[in-house]
Amino acid sequence: MTATLNEAEVERLWEKLDARVAAGDRFAGLSAAVRPRPPAEPDRTPVLVLSVQLAVMGGIDTLEVALPPGVASYPALTPHVGAAFWYERVIHDQFGVVPDGHPRLAPLIRPGSPDDYALPRHVEGYGVFTFPHGPVRSGVTESIEYLIETPGEDIPHLNMRVFYKHRGIEQRFEGMSAAEGVLLAERAEGIASVAHAMAYCHAVERIVGCVPPGPASLVRVLHAELERIANHVDVAAKLADAGGLAVAAARFALHKERVLRLVSSLCGSRFGRSVVVPGGVRAMPRMDAVAIAAELDRLQKTIDSDADSLMATASFLDRLRTTGPLRPARARQHGALGPIGKASGYSDDARTERPYDAYPGLDIPALHTYGEGDALARLRVRWDEVDQSFRLLRQVADELAGFSDIEGPVVTSCDPSEGRATGWAEAPQGEVLYDVAVAGGRVSRCRLRSASFHNLVLMHDVFAGDILTDFPFIEASFGLSFAGVAL
Amino acid sequence: MSLWVLRGLREGVMTTRWPKRADSYADGWRGPAVVHDPDPPTRTGLAALCPTQAITVDDGAHRDVVRLDQGRCILCGLCVVARPDVFGWSAGATGRTASALTRDQLIVPEVPETDETVDAVRASLRQRTAALRRSVHIRHVDAGSDGSEEWEILALLGPVYDVHRLGIFFTPSPRHADILLVTGAGSAGMAGPLRTTYEGMPDPKVVIAAGTDAVSGGLLGHSEVTMGGISGIVPVDVWLPGSPPSPFGLLNALLIAVGRIGGGPEEAR
Repeated sequence: MTATLNEAEVERLWEKLDARVAAGDRFAGLSAAVRPRPPAEPDRTPVLVLSVQLAVMGGIDTLEVALPPGVASYPALTPHVGAAFWYERVIHDQFGVVPDGHPRLAPLIRPGSPDDYALPRHVEGYGVFTFPHGPVRSGVTESIEYLIETPGEDIPHLNMRVFYKHRGIEQRFEGMSAAEGVLLAERAEGIASVAHAMAYCHAVERIVGCVPPGPASLVRVLHAELERIANHVDVAAKLADAGGLAVAAARFALHKERVLRLVSSLCGSRFGRSVVVPGGVRAMPRMDAVAIAAELDRLQKTIDSDADSLMATASFLDRLRTTGPLRPARARQHGALGPIGKASGYSDDARTERPYDAYPGLDIPALHTYGEGDALARLRVRWDEVDQSFRLLRQVADELAGFSDIEGPVVTSCDPSEGRATGWAEAPQGEVLYDVAVAGGRVSRCRLRSASFHNLVLMHDVFAGDILTDFPFIEASFGLSFAGVAL
Repeated sequence: MSLWVLRGLREGVMTTRWPKRADSYADGWRGPAVVHDPDPPTRTGLAALCPTQAITVDDGAHRDVVRLDQGRCILCGLCVVARPDVFGWSAGATGRTASALTRDQLIVPEVPETDETVDAVRASLRQRTAALRRSVHIRHVDAGSDGSEEWEILALLGPVYDVHRLGIFFTPSPRHADILLVTGAGSAGMAGPLRTTYEGMPDPKVVIAAGTDAVSGGLLGHSEVTMGGISGIVPVDVWLPGSPPSPFGLLNALLIAVGRIGGGPEEAR
């Protein structure tokens, strides 16, 4: 549902948003777009439109307001709704629009002047220095720069520069056909390819008003849940590696490789790419349902067994317990997504709250609730989700058994010409949102928001007395991809 | 602790024997698209099939032959689905042609003069890396990847691929590195850090562009914020397409880079 406010109300946007959030809606995103004026108006200067997205039960609401002509600022939302902090910096980077009263309007996704590379200093004190950690770091990691302010051991303040990886994904969408767009969505955040493709396709399908065939929606869930397992096992491997458990790290790396090989024997890509297309899926899995179920059983048995051992290794658990705690109040206030939110007692899972594809027909097992919010709770949530995914996958494999004779693409016609809609999907990192506008059969604007973007800013808040050696645990326990942050 | 030791032994050796022995997963890999029929009866709309402009139908010098630039191929399969009579998939992740030593070598069917050029480049690369063969250290840099390439590189350190058995190691410091393994489309933000890393490495050094994004920019290509691959930032020696490249493809590219694959007495040892 989209509500359009009149221009004068941009002054009061924060109030409206504040009221919605106070009433229980979750701030899910803020974006801007330049729109031409309607032909009837004499003034031809384009307008800048702000869109706020709010997650409500059953869907995503959009609040839209155009800035009055000649105005390039508005009262900032961040002082009232803290989760808008990074979003307002992004629209400032993209359009130069100034949110008045924003606490720190430094560039986020696009570096500006050489000054933007200077080392900041927020904490004063004896021996405190700023340690730039990145963008080229030890190990094989994605590029990001952490600016760690430290007197040597604890970390009183942390900042992040994410702009190194900015690739202009949103701009690249413009002018693509709906079918090409899904290829780009798969590469926005490569380790959550399936979830991004699904969220994008849901938006396109909502524009057209089409529903993918039943077997196609099952194949989507099959790949989405395998992607979740691969991501969570990857986090476990990284945590074990940080804890110096060489064998455990190798075991989980082996399990992850097996999951990726299963995915590649289902579709030819280890990341489930080129499966999801607008209107359905490109093909049914290349393995029959019985073989899939047998492989799932084997995977679950070995993963569970190693996970149990990991969760009984006291020296490892000691490193995670009370490390990097995210307070439940902060998680709720920010609307923390995915396993990070769930570990702090806040859950808004798109699969159950705003179900899509085959999820409404599946029995989704409930998860335990946690409130500690530390790295250990985040790992426990991941194991619970892995278990949940296997149960979902078994149901999917059972249902797929009835569709073994389908050849070729499984799609309904889906060719949008005009319109705009929001699509969502629950990635392993949390909810992914796509706001897709199509004009003349081509994508005219695509605003996407990954869970990694929404959650990464919470790294500011989790260093309560934690020291430098806790850093790898905290970073790994977040399980985010920086490709999805700077886009 | 002893518990983990036993767990590690339980399933036996999981590591591939490649390159000493063939590996079915490497051989069964679906690589970039190829041209089955470079001279099809109908050519209309062939070039428009590809979202990354990898397909050329008429490039002047080699009139009317359909060519495909694997360095731009993101393996989306749109061409294979639309025209199975003209396009298909290449098979296998390994071998001397799975990575290229010149950018032009990735164009199929091969442009005639490529062979000699490649042989010359191979000889000079072998000469340059003669000292590296038995112990190689890699520095990885992400120059705007989508994140999946890092997963595939990390797999090399896992038990299945285990690069250590081949005398290949990853190092945090460019000062200790022989090979620069670069992923990503060459984001403007990473141009400086990538260049600094390259300059920090001692000679001789080899640069591998890992993945279609690093080779050509892939779907992102040239834009205000991406540089159409990394070759505009650092000189590339080995070009590896793939979106993302498979771990076997990466392993193969590493061995090509140090002359252990690609002919000669040192091969596959």
